[in-house]
Amino acid sequence: MKLDFQHTQAAHCENGVTTSLLRHHGVNQITEPLAFGIGSGLFFIYIPFMKINNGPAIAFRTQPGLIFKRTCRALDIPVERKKFRSEKEAEHILMECLEAGQPVGCQVGVYYLTYFPKEYRFHFNAHNLIVYGKEEDHYLISDPVMEMATSLSSYELQRVRFAKGAFAPRGQLYYPKEKHAVTNEQMKQAIRSGIKRNVRDMLHIPGPIAGVSGIRFTAKRIRHWRDKLGPQKAGSYLAQLVRMQEEIGTGGGGFRFIYGAFLQEAYAYHPLQELIDISSRFTRSGDIWRSAAVQAAGIYKGRIGSQADFNVMSDYLYAAADIEKQAFQALSKIKWPA
Amino acid sequence: MKKEEIPQDLGALGKITGEVCYAVDESGKYTTALSNGWEVKSSALEVAWKDVEQRIVAAREKVNKQQASPVLYFMELRVMDITIVAAYTGFWKWQVKKHLKFAVFQKLPESKLAKYAALFEVSVEELKTMSA
Repeated sequence: MKLDFQHTQAAHCENGVTTSLLRHHGVNQITEPLAFGIGSGLFFIYIPFMKINNGPAIAFRTQPGLIFKRTCRALDIPVERKKFRSEKEAEHILMECLEAGQPVGCQVGVYYLTYFPKEYRFHFNAHNLIVYGKEEDHYLISDPVMEMATSLSSYELQRVRFAKGAFAPRGQLYYPKEKHAVTNEQMKQAIRSGIKRNVRDMLHIPGPIAGVSGIRFTAKRIRHWRDKLGPQKAGSYLAQLVRMQEEIGTGGGGFRFIYGAFLQEAYAYHPLQELIDISSRFTRSGDIWRSAAVQAAGIYKGRIGSQADFNVMSDYLYAAADIEKQAFQALSKIKWPA
Repeated sequence: MKKEEIPQDLGALGKITGEVCYAVDESGKYTTALSNGWEVKSSALEVAWKDVEQRIVAAREKVNKQQASPVLYFMELRVMDITIVAAYTGFWKWQVKKHLKFAVFQKLPESKLAKYAALFEVSVEELKTMSA
């Protein structure tokens, strides 16, 4: 059984799943940047008391699952989301959905994901893919980060759906419940509220670790990494920062470029020159993040490593924080026509 | 990032699939293009794996010195931590912590060893001797 479903590649897995599922449900306007922006995906957080793979816990995007949830809600599309205790039940419900003609989004772990290269297989449990059919013992898989659709045996799929550890997916599956078109008026409203929420997340979360202040917080910390952690561990920390920023799914520059693309697409719905101007600020910020990554690479490859080099690294982050702060302030001041 | 600046340094993923990148064209408009990888990030990934390897070597030494049990070695080998091992085996975290001790591990019954062996995808014999 193979559902009529169009695999499309995206930069980021959750954006991709959201976009493909919504398109399948008749929302023709949706694109990856729009899904990302309406879901207020851009974020920054550094959680100092938490470790991921023995390195710093840093994220450039909002919490897994939120983009899908927010985008669907903004477009007034009801969502079904299920978690399971029993693996049997999880497979049974999946089959029921497929038989009803419903492609299904699944949250999975990457460690046992066979079609991924070995180098990428850490215990990371917030990857997303779409199941759109079953042929003999193989489930047909549309993984948004891959160019082509692929497949997993039922054992393999079961295993990644029930991966364990942080963010354990517990067989989680989700899909939009209704098929209906979305008006351009709804899109306009969704874009506006997505931007507003993103302004809040980046500028107004109390405490030093999230949003723009989180970037400044990280910048400040980096200055101390060399002395506090020693050159080797400081290098590993920087490598982790770069991985979170550039690894598959970010579209480059820690999602900043996707957000820039979103603002340009938003212009089609709200013809305000500000959107174009602010978009180019995010491009600049993304470029600074990438320069920072190059600087970090110099350090973790041992080419450079003096305190001055760490200071340069830190200054990049301060610069990115400044640009993003101004950009979001500008976004908050936009006068939306009624 | 400009479209022509999208890096094409073939990396591990690049051999399997290109990844979508967002970049601006000459007129400043955003478009997407595929990247085969970027040297900066593949070296970041290498750093991560080097750290893992070091942890594996350190764990093996500790076991040889009888300061830790083979569970530690295999935990590092499979890039896991105590939380993950506990979640897969069904033991409590404090139990796993105890099993990381060399002396405790020696007295574990076959049934518990079998759980670890299954998780680490080795035989019980291999688990005991770290020969995988």
